[in-house]
Amino acid sequence: MSTSTPLPSSQCRYLLDSLSEYVDGTLQESLCLEIERHLAECDNCRVVVDTLRRTVYLVQTLEQAQPTLPSDVRVRLFHKLQLDEFLEGDTVEGHNAEIAER
Amino acid sequence: MTEPISLEALKAGDKAEFARFVETHSPAIYRLALRMLNNPQDAEDILQETFIKAYQNLPRFDGRSKLSTWLYRIATNEALMLIRRRKPEALSVDAPVSNGEGLAQEALEIVDWSHMPEESLLSDEVRRYLRQAIDRLPPTLKAVFLLREIEGLSTRETAEVLGLSEAAVKTRLSRARLALRERLSVYYRDRLEGKP
Ligand SMILES: [Zn+2]
Repeated sequence: MSTSTPLPSSQCRYLLDSLSEYVDGTLQESLCLEIERHLAECDNCRVVVDTLRRTVYLVQTLEQAQPTLPSDVRVRLFHKLQLDEFLEGDTVEGHNAEIAER
Repeated sequence: MTEPISLEALKAGDKAEFARFVETHSPAIYRLALRMLNNPQDAEDILQETFIKAYQNLPRFDGRSKLSTWLYRIATNEALMLIRRRKPEALSVDAPVSNGEGLAQEALEIVDWSHMPEESLLSDEVRRYLRQAIDRLPPTLKAVFLLREIEGLSTRETAEVLGLSEAAVKTRLSRARLALRERLSVYYRDRLEGKP
């Protein structure tokens, strides 16, 4: 079921800003315990935590290290910096393969 | 493996080392600029400007931060400056964490999509939707989000890049994540309710 409601208690709002660190596991222990006590009795915050954790997972899975540098952009960058003589060599991370293969 | 970039060689004006420096860091700088500005031409301008500025400022670089952090700092400043020129209103309320501050007072979307199967979570449509949601973050939140979450910088490094306190970085990352959670919840709510 879906509802769009203000979180019921001021406790929910107070804890909201700590949830990001909580899902990262970097929150100080006393606050973690406070959150866990609250989650045991607050369904809404449990949903927020579960979906926040999922959001972070999705970002990390779908968004890693893309896009790379297009080869024409790389060539123009080297030209602009007057580094044309260094364009031929191997590229560091294996992209621009078409240039590296020449 | 490749040798780490030598700051001494860079400072001594070693051209080959500077080329290696450009080669090593240009993909990340371009990626960041492209995500900040959503425009390949702007991203290319920022990329070039970043390395030109780096070259000019090398003599004054004290080496206290990592070279990559220093470059990110130049690039982010350039990107935020360009955004300020183009859309002053996007950055006009640039007091500490003012963007998104109202979030805690707003209604939250409470729909539990956390148990949806992987294949529907990882679809191309979700990828596009998420990409768009990130693009729409206010620039000050977006910069923190991209550096921490996409580029993998630590809280301290991100604070250094943006000239913020670590607490401000944590707060902005939290606001950005909550904003994305909100957007994804709306998306999945519509899917779960069978809306197109
Ligand atoms: Zn609650």
